[in-house]
Amino acid sequence: MKLTIAGEVKEVKDGITIAELIEQENVETPEYVTVSVNDEFVKAEDFITQVLKNEDTIEFLYFMGGGQ
Amino acid sequence: MIKLLKADLEKMIKHAKSELPNEACGLIAGTIDGDSKEVKKVYYLTNIDHSNEHFSIDPNEQLATIKDIRVNGLKLIGNWHSHPESPSRPSEEDKRLAYDSSASYMILSLMDYDNPVLNSFHIANNISEKEELIIID
Repeated sequence: MKLTIAGEVKEVKDGITIAELIEQENVETPEYVTVSVNDEFVKAEDFITQVLKNEDTIEFLYFMGGGQ
Repeated sequence: MIKLLKADLEKMIKHAKSELPNEACGLIAGTIDGDSKEVKKVYYLTNIDHSNEHFSIDPNEQLATIKDIRVNGLKLIGNWHSHPESPSRPSEEDKRLAYDSSASYMILSLMDYDNPVLNSFHIANNISEKEELIIID
């Protein structure tokens, strides 16, 4: 199936989960990545169970924050 | 090395001052050619912490900005935030929360209100390294 990942259309295996996609995409420091699927943010605890569908649009975002 | 237009620096200063006493924050986008980066667009986003000591970029605005960056054919270079009362260097919290080792982290100090200082850093494994910043007309 096809997913749009960070703006790029890629072919992935059917039934891939978010956790598997994170691993496949070699996302740096995955424990700190926020994922949106079709503009909806997904809870980290659902990464292992949420299965992606054909033509889903995925974004990986790093939390951005800090303090003085 | 990272280049920033003087006009953008002036806008950042103006925006950061308008957000006082809280920290201001945003994203920077532009072109990346190896180690050479040029900021083409500065985004002014909401600090959802509304704090003078902390910032967190609004994730919904961050998502919208990432798309805008892509539509404009630019690359995400990193982020920027202000330090209202401390120097232009990453705090321990800044370093701890810098999860993207390829990003540039710009910090604008307003500690000396009339003489703001902007520096850019790379941060990896809790260690920061100053990046050469060139302000261009």
